[in-house]
Amino acid sequence: MLSINDLRASIEGKEILKGINLEVKPGEVHAIMGPNGSGKSTLASVLAGREEYEVTGGNVVFEGKDLLELAPEERAAEGIFLAFQYPVEIPGVTTINFLKTAVNEIRKYKGEAPLDAAQFLKMVREKAKLVSMNDSLLKRALNEGFSGGEKKRNEVFQMAVLEPRLAILDETDSGLDIDALRIVAEGVNTLRSPERATIVVTHYQRLLDYIVPDYVHVLYKGRIVKSGPKELALELEEKGYDWIKAEVEAVG
Amino acid sequence: MSTETIDLKTRLITDFHAREAVLNGEASSEFHQKKRAGLARFEQLGFPSIKHEEWKYSNVRDLISVSYDFNAESSIGLAELEDLKVPAQEANILYFVNGRYNAGLSTIISPVEKITISSLAEAYKNDPSKVASFFNELTKDADDAFTALNTAFTQDGVFIHIPDNQSVEHPIILRFVSDAREQNVGSQPRNIISVGKNAHVKLAEAFRTLGDQRSFTNAVTEIHVAEEANVQYYKVQNESENAYHIGTTQVRMLDRSHFYAGTVTLNGKFTRNNLNIVLDGEHCDAHMYGLYFPDGSQHVDNHTVADHQKPNSESNELYKGILRDKSKGVFNGKIFVRPDAQKTNAFQSCKNIVLSPDATMNTKPQLEIFADDVKCSHGTTTGQIDEEALFYMRSRGISRPEAMSLLMFAFCADVVSQIKIDSVREYLENVITRKLASK
Repeated sequence: MLSINDLRASIEGKEILKGINLEVKPGEVHAIMGPNGSGKSTLASVLAGREEYEVTGGNVVFEGKDLLELAPEERAAEGIFLAFQYPVEIPGVTTINFLKTAVNEIRKYKGEAPLDAAQFLKMVREKAKLVSMNDSLLKRALNEGFSGGEKKRNEVFQMAVLEPRLAILDETDSGLDIDALRIVAEGVNTLRSPERATIVVTHYQRLLDYIVPDYVHVLYKGRIVKSGPKELALELEEKGYDWIKAEVEAVG
Repeated sequence: MSTETIDLKTRLITDFHAREAVLNGEASSEFHQKKRAGLARFEQLGFPSIKHEEWKYSNVRDLISVSYDFNAESSIGLAELEDLKVPAQEANILYFVNGRYNAGLSTIISPVEKITISSLAEAYKNDPSKVASFFNELTKDADDAFTALNTAFTQDGVFIHIPDNQSVEHPIILRFVSDAREQNVGSQPRNIISVGKNAHVKLAEAFRTLGDQRSFTNAVTEIHVAEEANVQYYKVQNESENAYHIGTTQVRMLDRSHFYAGTVTLNGKFTRNNLNIVLDGEHCDAHMYGLYFPDGSQHVDNHTVADHQKPNSESNELYKGILRDKSKGVFNGKIFVRPDAQKTNAFQSCKNIVLSPDATMNTKPQLEIFADDVKCSHGTTTGQIDEEALFYMRSRGISRPEAMSLLMFAFCADVVSQIKIDSVREYLENVITRKLASK
């Protein structure tokens, strides 16, 4: 589904990703962990098409297409979804109007007729129920004045509506208390399916108690330095990142 | 000053004297004496150059470089107006074509025995002393050549008088159409609106142009807001690429009254709006909202004044603009707090999105505060579209142009939502949506 080959990217001339290799197959959940500044969020941003980053080498193939050639909106239409670490507040645009535009733009991209208001509302209500999203938030301006938990839940709700093939969760746990974390994780788990893959970017292991990964990768200094089964996350929780750093330095 | 500008000024003055010569007895009337004083004022001030502080960023040289027919006849009918319509619900609709009232096109549905809604010319015929006493009363001290010019030359406009405790159920829509199909046309409407104690009214002025020749509108509106009255006043300009518009709205508010203004400039070559509100009462509140969208080489200048003369009143102002291409925008917002006006609250904000490196926006807040126990604040921002918001929307599949449209529409929404005449607000939403989608 997703094949990242020797991906290099920099921002303002500073190289952040120094050759990332990663294969993701449908139905899999991959966790990307690593100390602060290792390049985790950069990887998520580059995959979603954030323009501040310059790709300086390598390639990314998604469902047979050269992902790096696509605009962010085309990537979304092809089935990539980025749940933001800091969802943006947009005054004056309601969540419902925002999503209706998004759904119909994606349908247009795929050559499908737009959903009418009734069809759209029915679908949205079902999805809101699925991820325990409060209906009253839908009519409010997008993320404006939402609590941290509400914003993250809104991300998961948008994911439910857009039904991506690959969901990338960028530090979705940051700023959440344990209850909010559980609700958001439940939403993500509800959306797991054999066709859908998920990349969970996180610093801490605690999110992985709820969203259990198939693989754990440790990113350090712009490279994946260790990969393993879910138990690797527990080991990191117990021992911290220093032993990994030491391992890398010893080899390097 | 070029010879051309002297020409238009001289021509106007000569024209005035020629008309005066055939007035006979009317020349000695109070009304005409006020007009003559207006001419003298205009003669003394002359057209402003950019050396004039109030006209620093707005050059009228182009405007006054040609002549205009201020008496152009028009055979305009409803069919030709179809495209220019601002759709209305049940409303009083008054048409002014090239500055003169057109009864055939107009519909007045509010009970005339309760409130007066008529043309200024007709009101003057019916009650000369009443109209003369209102005429130029609020603008008599104006230090503005265009207002003086309007005083000297106006021939028509609207005269609205709402007695105490009357509520005008249906909005009043004033449609000013410049018929510039054949020639350069000029019009100088004067609107006088007197709202009695505890009376309520919603009214809108809508300016449109027919044809591609030049039009020059020099409009003045005087609004008297008595104690406890509530007035919603909107000005919508959707004129041609050859339309020059200079307008002054002068408002005087008395105790516990409420005044809401919405000024929306959708299109026009050169626009200067002066909105001057004198809060001459306690516990009154004035609200000013503005929106402008110049593109091409259009120029939009909004000058506003909130003049607090008495204690315990509030003014609140929000102007927003989106500038494209090589357009220019100007905002000058003055707040005066006179020595007596303790406990004044005055807020002002002007926010702009500049979409092109060739577009410019000049903003100047000007606060003059002579009382010590007041709350005043002002802020202006001029920036580009929020890239982070744009990326967020694109990451959800919304194309860049569509995301831009949504963000800009949202930017306008807090001004548009303040327009309380439903049909006018819906009209604005439609025009704005089309305009935002067109680029």
